[in-house]
Amino acid sequence: MLCDNCKERDAIINLTQVEHDSKVTLHLCEQCAQQKGVETGGAILKTPLGNFLGAVVKGGGTAGALVPASGDGMRCPACGSTLRDFRDSGRLGCDQCYVSFDTHLRDLLRRLHGSSQHVGERYDLPGMGGEAGAGSDADPRSSLLELKAQLRRAVEGENFELAAELRDRIRVLE
Amino acid sequence: MDLSLLPDGGMRWLDASGPKSTIVLSTRIRLARNVRGVPFSQRAKDADRTAVLERVIEAAAASDHLSAAVTFRLDQMERAERQLLHERHLVSKELAGLERESRPRAGAALLVQDQVGVMVNEEDHLRLHGMWSGFDLEDAYAEVEAVDAELGRLVPFAFHHEFGYLTSCPTNAGTGLRASVLIHLPGLVLTKEINKVLQGLSQVGLTFRGLYGENSEVVGNFFQLSNQTTLGKTEDELIDHLGKIVRQVVEYEEQARDVLLRTAPEEVEDKTWRAYGLLKHARLLSFEETMNLLSGVRLGVGLKLLPGPGVYALNKLLIYTQPAHLAAMDGRSTGDRELPTVRAAFVRRLLEAESS
Repeated sequence: MLCDNCKERDAIINLTQVEHDSKVTLHLCEQCAQQKGVETGGAILKTPLGNFLGAVVKGGGTAGALVPASGDGMRCPACGSTLRDFRDSGRLGCDQCYVSFDTHLRDLLRRLHGSSQHVGERYDLPGMGGEAGAGSDADPRSSLLELKAQLRRAVEGENFELAAELRDRIRVLE
Repeated sequence: MDLSLLPDGGMRWLDASGPKSTIVLSTRIRLARNVRGVPFSQRAKDADRTAVLERVIEAAAASDHLSAAVTFRLDQMERAERQLLHERHLVSKELAGLERESRPRAGAALLVQDQVGVMVNEEDHLRLHGMWSGFDLEDAYAEVEAVDAELGRLVPFAFHHEFGYLTSCPTNAGTGLRASVLIHLPGLVLTKEINKVLQGLSQVGLTFRGLYGENSEVVGNFFQLSNQTTLGKTEDELIDHLGKIVRQVVEYEEQARDVLLRTAPEEVEDKTWRAYGLLKHARLLSFEETMNLLSGVRLGVGLKLLPGPGVYALNKLLIYTQPAHLAAMDGRSTGDRELPTVRAAFVRRLLEAESS
């Protein structure tokens, strides 16, 4: 059916109005409906995608903006990129950046994913028996005892978000 | 470039053989991986990137899943050819260097065998991916995971005891997994329920994009639904969750189609036949109009209001009416002003062949 107004485009909207006690139904295309002030589904969809996602980060340059500027001067010794570079581009320089900026990134990962603890598939480096990778070389913070001590301190300090995170990490290790 | 090296042009997923394939066109899985100790693609030097590519090619040759892979060096290809691969959903815009005034990075490549492939030197050194027909998260993931396991034994991946697989952008860290389905939701758009559904997605940790992934527009009522987070959940949890929500969205779509049939049967029938008629007889078709008309026909076929064409033919039209495909078929450039004529002629030919 063609639009009652322009008689050119397909009518996609049936607009029913009550005028002087009688009901009038107009079949309108999207453009003409919009001119009459009717909000169409199509029009809403044509606004920039993901607008409603608002604060939710969609990668590609925006994740960095969530990191506070206070650490701007920090530099990754492995690749030479700074936290400022990450804030600008949203991309890290190398795998060691995750170790160099770990405090900032742990916080960011929690905000992005609700957790910073990977619980998916583990990975063994080829040619080595044990698990390895950037920063995994006998990291003392990953030891169970140290984690339990951190958990105790977190509970004492009423930092329950951190405590929950630590509890999850302990569970994984146990 | 010789795409004939690829059986089905690397697009077996088009054949509509998978579950729910009138509503769900395809299922895609990708895993982001980086080579340990090498700067991420954006920071890497050309020599680093070329070295990464050499290692991946070597590992692929020694693997089971990619030993017969065809390698496309995007950094050595013409723009039209790169666009062709992008239109087939085999490479991203970034890898193909199609963003404004950009060129592919040195070492930018695609390895592909059957339904799985690896993009090399994209945002991450390796982006393993697989695309399946219909709604089939489990099979797609199993296959891509197998490729990951093989390559991970041959190339050392960057992995952290706490953060998992390390990626250039922290939004992908952890599992590095993005599972997505390409879904056709005209019923929800026509009943104006779509925004409610899309807003609901963000509340359950999912996100949506257009036909070509990140930052692409929604055309022809096709939406790509995928997981938003990649860390703190296992791969199976992420996939199960997406699967559960997609099943629900499919149900909503089916309900919306029922509502349309009940409340406005003539209008729906008219809309689908009108779309079919235009596609069959139009002499000039823009890509966007084609997508929208195909959406109407697809709806009609799904509701059995139209006798044909088959879903496979509709899927083929989605791919082959894109600019680089039309241009390549007809020996023109992608900017050719006569493409709308060529497109309309192609659509007519294909639909006539289908109905005869």
